[in-house]
This record gives sequence, structure tokens and C-alpha cells, in this order.
Amino acid sequence: MRNLLPLFVAIPLAGGFLMPVVGRLLGPRRRACALIPILLAAGVLALAVRLVLLPDAQTPPYWMGAWDFPVGISLVADGLSKFIVLIVAVVSLAALLFSTDYMTRYTSPGLYYGLFLLMLAGMNGVVLAGDLFNVFVFLEVAGIASYALVAFGTEADELEASFKYLILGSIASAFVLVAVAILYSVTGHLNLAKIAEVLRAGGGLTVPIYLAAAFLLMGFALKAALVPFHAWLPDAHPSAPAPISAMLSGVLIKACGVYVLVRLVFSVFAGLEAFGVVLVVLGTLSMVAGAILAIGQGDLKRLLAYSSISQVGYVVTAIGTGLVLLAWAPGKPALQALAVLAIFGGLFHLANHAVFKSLLFLLSGSIEYATGTRQLKSLGGLGRSMPLTAWSLRIAALSISGVPPFAGFFSKFIILLVLVQAAVLGHGAFWLVAVLALAVAVLTLVYYAKVQRAVLGGAPTAATADAREVPFSMAVATAALAVLCLAGALVLHPAVKRRIVDPAVAVLVARGLPRSEGSLLQGLPQTEQPEVAAARALEHPNPTLDASDAEVIP
Amino acid sequence: MTFERLPYLAAFLLLVVGLYAIVAKRNLIKVIVGLLVIDYATNLFLILVGYRSNSGGAPMAPILTRDLAPAQLAAHAVDPLPQALILTSIVIGLSVTALVVAMAIRLYDRYGTFDTGRMRNLRG
Amino acid sequence: MRGMSLIVKNTTRLVAGFIALFGAYIVLYGHVTPGGGFSGGVIVAGGLVLVVLAFGEEFSRRVISHNIVRASDSVGALAFLGIALLGYLAGAFFSNFPDWLGQPRALASGGTIFLSNVAIGVKVAAGLFGVFLALALFRRRGEKRLMVPDTAPLDAEDEE
Repeated sequence: MRNLLPLFVAIPLAGGFLMPVVGRLLGPRRRACALIPILLAAGVLALAVRLVLLPDAQTPPYWMGAWDFPVGISLVADGLSKFIVLIVAVVSLAALLFSTDYMTRYTSPGLYYGLFLLMLAGMNGVVLAGDLFNVFVFLEVAGIASYALVAFGTEADELEASFKYLILGSIASAFVLVAVAILYSVTGHLNLAKIAEVLRAGGGLTVPIYLAAAFLLMGFALKAALVPFHAWLPDAHPSAPAPISAMLSGVLIKACGVYVLVRLVFSVFAGLEAFGVVLVVLGTLSMVAGAILAIGQGDLKRLLAYSSISQVGYVVTAIGTGLVLLAWAPGKPALQALAVLAIFGGLFHLANHAVFKSLLFLLSGSIEYATGTRQLKSLGGLGRSMPLTAWSLRIAALSISGVPPFAGFFSKFIILLVLVQAAVLGHGAFWLVAVLALAVAVLTLVYYAKVQRAVLGGAPTAATADAREVPFSMAVATAALAVLCLAGALVLHPAVKRRIVDPAVAVLVARGLPRSEGSLLQGLPQTEQPEVAAARALEHPNPTLDASDAEVIP
Repeated sequence: MTFERLPYLAAFLLLVVGLYAIVAKRNLIKVIVGLLVIDYATNLFLILVGYRSNSGGAPMAPILTRDLAPAQLAAHAVDPLPQALILTSIVIGLSVTALVVAMAIRLYDRYGTFDTGRMRNLRG
Repeated sequence: MRGMSLIVKNTTRLVAGFIALFGAYIVLYGHVTPGGGFSGGVIVAGGLVLVVLAFGEEFSRRVISHNIVRASDSVGALAFLGIALLGYLAGAFFSNFPDWLGQPRALASGGTIFLSNVAIGVKVAAGLFGVFLALALFRRRGEKRLMVPDTAPLDAEDEE
């Protein structure tokens, strides 16, 4: 496996270079163009599953060109990276399946698939990169591909949305580059683990480092569409073709935004409490603003876009709460256990949101394909004429509103529980966050009920009178994701949780260095380790910690 | 604020100028130029980060010629790593510029003007 | 688009070859002197753009067809990826392996960087020229369906 990490980037990249040529060779046969991308995405998914199932000891960092630590460029696959790579692979396969028929409405399929695969390669690169500059490079690769894909329809609305997205995204990337320059000049290295080491060893955080942290936070908060950096998302996500909206909302803002933000704050900047507070504040603002703005929307995709802002706010709030609790935790095992739970809730909600938001966007694409409109006022009565789509929509809406037994219920419940407990055990300020989170959950239920009633209920309107069910490939993709909405609850099952999610949580909780040596982290005191084990014992009422627990703690 | 810090100040000033252009100008092309200025500012900042003054002499370029020992080069030459970063950043800037200019041309053909006040979604 | 005046055409005829040669020099010497694939590719693309501007589009289409441009774009990119994958032969992705190509201080230093430079030079030249062609072609078609432009001068509206 160790030689296969670059394939996560190389396979989609090769596809991205090939597809324009293939597209022109295949000419007007637009559906056939999808074959190669789907095969490549399935290959990446297979690799991702294999990667997740392997323990950390068997997936050491991969050094490109055989240049070693700390000079070389590395690809690191620790618990968190594997988790995100899996999510990206699943959603991109579904979106590609969906594109087979949906993109027949657009021209130049070769370019579309080429750009899509480039975006996939960029996202995989961001998640797997082990040094700061490669994060920037892959961020840009994915970003430029997404700017072009948002503008794919080349109508004026889409061009304007893409223009706004491009300008704001480029400003964010410029900020990130300035931060990289500052960090390089202060620490002299670009490798993430080495920077973390130097920053910890060098005493306190000085002014340049705070400046770099501020720039990084600003840049990645924009990529993750946190309020007040969200201005591009409500225009960009609706204007893109539906599979691209699914990718953008489902994985791009998470792989390029939330993941890097979390990785930097926890591992590189030593997880200070101040960062946690910032994350909680930004997350809460996003939750509330997204939900309030979503209610009044008349355009289905725009409503979904605002909903994305809100749900990503949940994720960031949960993770930020976990960070703050971790900072208060030494000596209080209850807070430690709560912090672990908070981070678990945040990551679980991230995975859930990727699944059901991409499903919702794909469904909006189905609706648009069948009826030609996205306006809620013009839709209605699709419950009878498009049964498969209708059921998938009901499942997705119930899941995102947090109704049991769907996966969304569990992740939201965990987050609310953590917030309330944090208010009781920790600091009273969390009461405000908890109340807001509960209010936003209710609001989410309200506007998704509105969506369901507008789309599925009532009498068929002029646009929906002759709507028929969508073609096979689109139906399969949406049905598969709907099944995942239900099956996502299985993540709580200990066997699944231990293998897939716990390593990710453990990486963040340990606040350790991003792994870059072949062996376990060395050289720095890991005071959290015994407490992590204690927290796990608190979490699992079954007190028999078997040997397999030890291998997931890096 | 010593004299050596002055170039850094200039780089940040350029960054602010570029940001102002993006935020305040209504002409699409001026917004694009603002984006370019921001790119130049970050590249300039990276160059400054890599600068190593040659203890009073002229800065030495990091090229290993026949009569230099590697140790000498490592001690005296300007840091070549930021230069690699800048090259990458310039290429990225070029791609973004090509993309955004193409979009601007399309928008012009659609609206007949570069004024963002008249484009429905770009107001503000 | 039509070409330009006789002076421009004659000058371009003299200079275009040298531009291409200079671009090739920058690409091939990229591992020794400043430059390399990207800068050399940009120079070659600049030369091609000059030819198109001076002689008009029909002529350039005879010299180097647009399909070849797009094909060499993909070929260059795939060649670069292939060189990276070739590094697997020596044990790691992207490793710089041939020893007989990598003697420091000789002209043939830098191993596979030399080949990568060539691949990138081809890709960048083709890519940039392709971008120019796309914009130029679009302008030509676009001029026919242009809306009536706003007659108020932009400067007056832009006073903030």
C-alpha cells in the first residue's frame, strides 16, 4: 500500500488530461464519455476503502522522489485523511454516475469530465498533502477546476456567480500564500510536522505567527463558506450544474475548507483555546445566518446552498467546542470525554452532511431535468409522478432535519447533547450556543418541510404536469446515496465506528503532529495519551479494551 | 521599523491596494487588475522572504557553477525555495487570469458593458 | 481576423524563428540557468501569438491547425505524468533517477528534470496558444451578435 498513495492524485489527474481528447474523439456520444471517469472514480473508491481498512502502521507517509523528512514532499494518510478521502470518493462516484445523463443537456462533455477529474485530483491532494505548500497547490488546482465548472453553462447568471466565486476564492488563496510565506520565514520549513515541531519548541506564539494564523483562518474560512466569508456560496452553488453543486456543497467546502482548517488549528498550531473560541463563534454565526436566510428562499438550489452554510456551521461549532473543552480538560476526565464526543459528533455530521446534501443537490438536478424549473412556486405534485425521486427527497429531508432513525438525527443529537453538557460542566456561555443550535435545528425542520410540501405535495402545476421519472443512471446514483443516509446510522455501531471514525477523532484529540515519521510520534511529550485512553474507557461502557484499540491511537 | 523592513511594508501596501481595487471598483477589468496586483504583492512578499543579504556584498544567485563549493553556496546564496514557490504561484495566477478574462469577455458580450452595476448578480 | 501591415509582416517573418529558438533554448537549459519549462513555453506561445496577429487567423490555421494545438496540450500533460510515473522504476513517485543524466556541474545535470522541462514547455506553449485561439475565435463570432453597447463613457460612471 505504501507505494499507492500517489495514485489517489495520479489516477484522477491522468483522467483529467485524457478526457478532453477522448471527448472530442467520441464526438456527439455524450453518454459514452462518462465511462472512463466512472471507472476511474470507482478505482479511487476501491483504493480509498482499502486505505481506510488498513491500520495506520501499514500506511506510512509516502515520500515523493525518495527525498526524506524534513526536506521532501510527503503524502500523509492518517486517520483524519483517510476518513475524508473515503467521503470524497463516495460522493464523487455518485455525482459522476448522475452526470451520465444529466450532462446530455450541456455541450462539450470531454471538458466537463476532464475538469471534474482535475477537481477530484486536487481534493485528494489537499487531504493527503503532508506539507504546507502542496496544500496550497492542490487547493488551487481544485479551486480553478471548480471555478470553471461553476461557469459551465455559460449563461450570464452562471458567469457572474463564477466570477464572484473566482475573485473571492483567489483572494483567499492569496491570503493563504502570504501565511505560508510568513510561516516559512519564521520556521524555515514547509513540512507540516516540522512546522508543528518548531512552533511547539519555540516557546510562545509571536506576532508574525498570529498574523500567519489570522491569514490562514481567513483564507480557509472563506473556502469553507463560514459567515462572514460566505458571500460567494449562495450564487455559485445554484448556478453550477447539479452534479457540480453536489460536489461543491458536499465535499469541496469540506475537503478544502473545513479539513484544512481543522488540521491546521489542531495539529500545527498546537490546538490553543483561542482558536477553539474563534471556531465556535464562526460556526454559530454560520448556523444561525444560514438557517435564517434559507427560510425565505424561493429557488430550491439557493435554499439548499444556504442550508449548507448552516450545516457546516454545525460541524465547525462542534469541533470548536471540542477544542475548547480539550484546552480546559487537563485534570478533568469528564471534560476530556466530552471533548472526544464533541469531535466525534462534528466529524459524524460532516460525513452525514456530505451524503445528504449531495443527495439533495442531485435530486434538485433530477427535478430540474424533469420539469425545467427550480422555483418552489412552480413545482408541485411530483410525489405521484416521480416516485423514486420523491422517496429519496423525503429520506434526505428527514435526515438533514434530524429525524430518527436516519443518520442525521444521531449526529445532530450528539452535537446538541455535547453543547448542553459543555454548558453545564464547562462554561455558561455554551448555553447560548446550545439554544441557538436547537433553534436552528427546528428552523431546518421547518424549511425542509416547506420544500417537501412545495415539491411533492399539492397539485401538479404547468411545469410538472408531464414530468416523468429520471433516467436509470440518475436514479441509481440518488438511490444509492439515499440508502447511505439510512445506513449512516450504522456508523454508531462499534465495529464500524472503531475502524472508520475513531482514528480520525483520535488524531484530532491527541493534537499531535501530523505523522511524518515511519513510526509513532516521537520527541515531544504527549500528555494527552493516557487521558485519551481514559476517555475511551468512559465512552464505551464495556470495560474490556482489547488490543485493537491500541493501534488506532497514533 | 528599520530600513530592512521597508520592502515588506511595500508588499503589504500593494496587497491593500489590490484589495481596495477589488472591493471598490465597478469596472470588471479594474477588478481583474486588482486581483493581479494582489498576486504580485504575494509574489513580492515571497521573494522578500527568501532574501539573504551576502554580509555586505551583492546577493548571490543560487546557481552552482564550476568554481563554487556547495557549502559556500549554502552559506551565501539567496534561498532558492521561495523562488520555486513563486514560480508555481505565477503559473497559478496565469491560469486564474486567463479564466477570469475569458469570463469577462463573455459577460461583455452578454451585457455590452463592463460595468458591474448593470449585471444583476454582481452589484456590490 | 485580418493581418496587419506589410512592415509588421516582414518583421515577423524575420523574427518569429528566433523567438521560437530562444524559447527552445530557455526550455532546454532550464535545469542550469533560470527559466525552464514554463517560461520557455510562454515565450514560444508569445511567438505563435505574434504570427497569428501579424498574418491573420486563416494563415495560422494553415501553419498549425487548432486540433494539433489541443492534442499537444494533452500530450504534454500526459508526458509529464508519464515521467512522474517512470520514477516508480527507481522506487518512488516522481523520483529523479537517471544517474547518467544527473552529473552535477555538467551540462546534462538534473536527471529527469530535463525531460519534464520539455514536456511542460510543450504543454504550456500549446495551452497558452490555445487560450489565445479560444478568445480570438470567440471574439470573431461574438462581434456578430454583440448587443448595442452602453454609450455613456465608463469613466464617468466609475467615479467612486
